[in-house]
Amino acid sequence: MAKTKKLDRRGFLKGASAGAAAGAAALVVKPPAASAQQTAQARPAAPLPTPRQVALETGTPPAPVDVYTTDRPGADFMVDVLKSLDFEYIFANPGSSFRGLQESFINYGKNTKPEWITCCHEEQSIAMAHGYYKIERKPILTLAHGTVGLQHASMAIYNAYADRVPVYLILGNEQEIAYRRGDVEWTHSVQDAASMVRDYTKWDDSPVSLGHFAESAVRAYKVMMTPPMEPVVLCANGQLQEEPIPEEERRTLRIPKMTVPTPPAGDPSAVNEAAKMLVNAENPVIVAGRVARTPAAIPMLVELAELLGAGVQDRKFRMNFPSHHPLFNTGNVATADVVLGLEVPDFWQATHTMTPINRMGMESHAITKPGAKLITITAGDLFSRSNYQDFGRYTPVDLAIAADAEATLPSLIEACKRLMTPDRKRAAEERTKKLAEEHRRNRERDLQAATVGWDASPVTTARMAAELWNQIEHEDWSLVSDTTFVSWWPLRLWKFDKPYHYIGGHGAYGIGYGAPAAVGAALANKKYGRISVNIQCDGDLNYVPGVLWTAAHHRIPLLSIMHNNRGYHQEHMFLQDMASRAGRGIENVSVGVTLEDPHINYATLAKAYGMYSSGPIENPNDLGPAIKAALEVVKKGEPALIDLVTQPR
Amino acid sequence: MKIILLVTAALAASIGFAQSGGNAENGKRLFLRDGCWECHGYAGQGSRDGARIASTALSAQGLIRYVRRPSGAMPAYIDKVISDQELTDIWAYLKTLPGPKPVKDVPLLKSLENE
Repeated sequence: MAKTKKLDRRGFLKGASAGAAAGAAALVVKPPAASAQQTAQARPAAPLPTPRQVALETGTPPAPVDVYTTDRPGADFMVDVLKSLDFEYIFANPGSSFRGLQESFINYGKNTKPEWITCCHEEQSIAMAHGYYKIERKPILTLAHGTVGLQHASMAIYNAYADRVPVYLILGNEQEIAYRRGDVEWTHSVQDAASMVRDYTKWDDSPVSLGHFAESAVRAYKVMMTPPMEPVVLCANGQLQEEPIPEEERRTLRIPKMTVPTPPAGDPSAVNEAAKMLVNAENPVIVAGRVARTPAAIPMLVELAELLGAGVQDRKFRMNFPSHHPLFNTGNVATADVVLGLEVPDFWQATHTMTPINRMGMESHAITKPGAKLITITAGDLFSRSNYQDFGRYTPVDLAIAADAEATLPSLIEACKRLMTPDRKRAAEERTKKLAEEHRRNRERDLQAATVGWDASPVTTARMAAELWNQIEHEDWSLVSDTTFVSWWPLRLWKFDKPYHYIGGHGAYGIGYGAPAAVGAALANKKYGRISVNIQCDGDLNYVPGVLWTAAHHRIPLLSIMHNNRGYHQEHMFLQDMASRAGRGIENVSVGVTLEDPHINYATLAKAYGMYSSGPIENPNDLGPAIKAALEVVKKGEPALIDLVTQPR
Repeated sequence: MKIILLVTAALAASIGFAQSGGNAENGKRLFLRDGCWECHGYAGQGSRDGARIASTALSAQGLIRYVRRPSGAMPAYIDKVISDQELTDIWAYLKTLPGPKPVKDVPLLKSLENE
């Protein structure tokens, strides 16, 4: 598009450059004199001006040029559109390809709803949005360069995709070649920006007009929020952002009404069939995956489990079920006659064994007993991609209901209630008693296991969890990290019953998720005054440590306690396995998997980013007082980090 | 022939005795060098990835048998990688590691009993 003068460009500064040239005359750089050369000997030599620079600054001033300003760049309209979608925050590392949008958000949009949160890396922006969503259940707007920014962001997008978390990403891109200024803007431009992540996003578009932007922005939101929820990408063309809104469009541009569809519930006849199987089962088990899309799912899942007298095997992807409930983590898929899988992405793993890594070959067989009936309810059946294999192995089942599990729970509960006879009710009550006893034994076993190595150094992960619980138990707390790498100790010792007590894990185990997801979740908790607790793996923090600065700068209260086991432990164990398998020595398996020599001092790292910190702590008896001191800081609205040297798992 | 059998039996018994004794100090060195702690923890407390082995209930021979042909996900360690004697020393070290204690003896955990 040719750049022409238009009447609607206000603030047209004629002769401005002439004034600038006059001022520049005072900045003329003369060729260095002898005395200056002598001075230069005592100082580092400054580069001499090039002949071109000298000519520019000493030659005849150029002819006056037009300098444009506008009161309505296209980015203002884009901000209007995005504000209509009710985003609370923007998480972004700045980038020239969306400078127009950034300026409009800050000035025209007054930096409120959404408010700009400064990130130090695009992987951080997306993972923060991932964590934020899992607490607030509202998506975040993120921005990145269409090229280098997206390349940084891509792993975190894949995590969100695999975790069925909506993230709204806008990519800056200069599509019009005539608008690219120099090699930076050429290397930062791309023909099809979203193509790099199209395999693990749900929808994308590259609008060519403001009207197109408005429609696609609203559509992207709608698509993203329809289960299964996934990230979406929208490209914001630089020219559209920075050029004025065309006069002829100012009266016609509209923001389409956005309506999020109701989630798809299961077909009534299929739900009745599932209810029949469940009510008549002698030993039903529920496997819970990403069931709790909203807090409303938790009491419904409790109601269903209690109604059926069914054990609930929680796959720990979401806060699905209260950890102290007598049916939590009870029941056995191997002895069940009906297994109900709710939003379970790895249902094969829940119902099959696999040859451990320490054996040659691979054999997998069902652990369910012959004749056991399998039922699934998942929105995963409504959407899949082919390239990335997060969908898991195909699992033969007896009844597959393609629907959102949470949306289906009310009708399933009602159908079960209708079918429940006094006999079936008695049977369910009997099962519940037995399962409650199993739950009690599990609890006793966990407490006793926690005593082993209680005074050991490095500190056991059980002791860490117990010390933390001792001080947050009576607070309104939220665990904003996964528990997989600490042997699930918090889930084994703490009492989880609120929707925000747990956020699950990475989605695709892309490391580098933990720290930013915790900060994002803590930001969501901030307005409720909750104490956010992050058990922070050391390897993970080293991917995007700059997120500590974001937490400090934006005053995000978060207690991080380092799980500093000084290595990439999973890989350490794998290497040992491989060395044993190969019949070779196992003395060298620490090569490439440890973070030692030197030890990383995370307390110093946090201080460098402006955060309160303490440690490294090696004596378990020092941990309690350190948590207490750090909590005081967090309660004042600041982040704090304790560097704790821990056992491997 | 009978004498040979008796001598063989006596020899085997004496080897067994030596093996079941083990050198705990060397066992600790091997436990750390060979990375047993990776899955089982420095205190032998166990984890998501390995069983609790502090104060193991296995005999030395039982431990050797298990390590050679584990039934779970643990790697199998052949004698080329770790000898019977070395495993016996590790076993002796594991016997020195304290096992679980009563929950009532750990106030922080005792407070969780009734939750």
